[in-house]
Amino acid sequence: MGGIENLLLGFQVAITPYNLAVAVVGIVLGTIIGVLPGLGGANGVAILLPLTFTMPPTSAIILLTSIYWGALFGGAITSILFNIPGEPWSVATTLDGYPLAKQGKGAQALTAAFTSSFVGALFAIILVSFFALPLAELALKFGPPEFFAIQLLTFSSFIGLGGGSPLKSFVSIVLGFILGAVGLDVVTGRLRLTFGSIELMRGMSFIVAVIGLFGLGEIFLTVEEGLRFRGVTPRVRFKDMVATWRELLGYWRTFLRGSIIGFWMGFKPGGATPASFMSYGFARRFSRHPEKFGTGVLEGVVAPETAAHSAGVAAMLPMITLGIPGSPTAAVMLGGLLIWGLQPGPMLFVEKPEFVWGLIASMYTGNVIGVLVVLFFVPAFASILRIPFAILVPLIVFVCAIGAYTVSNSMLDIWFMMGFGVLGYVFKKLDYPLAPLVLALVLGDMAESALRQSLIMSQGSVLIFLQRPIAAVITVAALALFALPVLGPLLRRPRLRPSEATRT
Amino acid sequence: MRTADIVCGVLLVVVGVVVVVEGLRLGIGWSTDGPQPGFFVFYLGVALLIASAAIVLLTLRRGAVQRPFVASGQFRPVVQVFLPATFMVVLTGFVGLYVSGAVYLAAYMRWIGRHSWALILVVSIGIPVLTFLIFEVWFLVPLPKGPLETRLGY
Repeated sequence: MGGIENLLLGFQVAITPYNLAVAVVGIVLGTIIGVLPGLGGANGVAILLPLTFTMPPTSAIILLTSIYWGALFGGAITSILFNIPGEPWSVATTLDGYPLAKQGKGAQALTAAFTSSFVGALFAIILVSFFALPLAELALKFGPPEFFAIQLLTFSSFIGLGGGSPLKSFVSIVLGFILGAVGLDVVTGRLRLTFGSIELMRGMSFIVAVIGLFGLGEIFLTVEEGLRFRGVTPRVRFKDMVATWRELLGYWRTFLRGSIIGFWMGFKPGGATPASFMSYGFARRFSRHPEKFGTGVLEGVVAPETAAHSAGVAAMLPMITLGIPGSPTAAVMLGGLLIWGLQPGPMLFVEKPEFVWGLIASMYTGNVIGVLVVLFFVPAFASILRIPFAILVPLIVFVCAIGAYTVSNSMLDIWFMMGFGVLGYVFKKLDYPLAPLVLALVLGDMAESALRQSLIMSQGSVLIFLQRPIAAVITVAALALFALPVLGPLLRRPRLRPSEATRT
Repeated sequence: MRTADIVCGVLLVVVGVVVVVEGLRLGIGWSTDGPQPGFFVFYLGVALLIASAAIVLLTLRRGAVQRPFVASGQFRPVVQVFLPATFMVVLTGFVGLYVSGAVYLAAYMRWIGRHSWALILVVSIGIPVLTFLIFEVWFLVPLPKGPLETRLGY
């Protein structure tokens, strides 16, 4: 079957009234989640995951991806109107978005942000539609050594491209794997790192970790800044939209550049944040008036938003084709697949085509619904931040506790969530990246069994990763990325580092 | 900042040692069916130990403190969120999540927000009731319940 026929099959699944309604609910919930401090794509999806257990898997994944799109849009609202980046990849959007809002051009900035998000997402979705099948067919030929090599590449890209301290990224990855190893050993059935506790036998749930690290940790960081939001509430009128769109036509180069950077970076893990900064950096570099960046130019909103959304969509590609998530949010969705009884990876294309193609088609419908919903209801979403802080904070903590408990009906998980909250707060302050920790926690079992099976195949020789052609290419690429921090200063690329940008 | 970095690094070294010991206990060699269960764990422990020790050493060598871990006055609100939240979790074990959530919302709104009692009553009772409807009634997901819910017949 050709790609187009598959996609049509997907649309038949995605455009049923029920699934469209699910998408609208997901977008609205997601935008609220994206606007609220402490709740972002990853933990929003994690908290709502238990509610999908009774839904059909395709509708469930449509709900979760719609929440993800909504959260991406919501992040732009708070960055522009309140100067609060709801997600790390919205930091670059605040640089020009907030100055625009202060000059009374909030409506233009928001229109530009939503339009660029939509364009970036659409670009990436079209690429996903075409690349998904060939990639899955390639992946069907993979054995354990190839899968382990890909895992290696996944984590090496955090170290090589993540920015910040490579040593700290490494510690994050290793700690994630260690937490993932807690519980029953999948191969031999022995208990590991449980220290006699029966409750620990089940292992550490990464969903609980996500809720703690990103939810509670983020709340602690937010309250540090003070207990109040100050912002501008604009009205987006149709006239403003049309005028902005006309102006945006002139920035087609920025759109294209952002989309490509986003897709390229987002396909690899942890890509959305560096992609948004890279795109911003490039836009400034190629601009005729680079000195105006940071004072409120539309291009400065277009560039990071296009790249961030393109990357957000691209992160789904390795998840559906290889079973390896490209971002923490994709990781949570992967966990969802396992819970619904689906085995993520290339076999999904053969066994459940209606699920995979329904998901891909829902990316189109979800983003169309998303851009319409946010454009017309911006004031409603922005007014959420007018709720007094003393109500929002306990409410979010309460919701996080519910989310952690419902994962497996365990009180202990709520305690773990608190622990992860403190860990998230401390790590964030000390510049340890959190995304690699979560991904390692999710992929731990898979990576370990791939490694062990490979070693069994080779009778204990690590050279197996260099002897099989596909594995060798990937392994060499991974090793090169691991070495990049050492060689980096020699070939540093022009881009703004996130840590520097937040401090200015 | 520097002290926090070092304390955190030392704690991670300790975790690394514990993991290495656990790996050794499980066996890191080769058995009839491939690597023993401690194999992967052991090397993770070693990696954590070396990397965090390197962080500690590099931080020690770097000298000069640049910025404090938490600016004075910023830590108070963090504790004000953390302590009541911990209290809520403790309370949940006795009275269930709905009642402890209500108490927590009310206490926080009064203590930090100084809201009027009328608003506090509406929010702190309304939210748990709404949660109850969504989770127990509509989606059939059970949350921890205590004596109050039992008395109401759930």
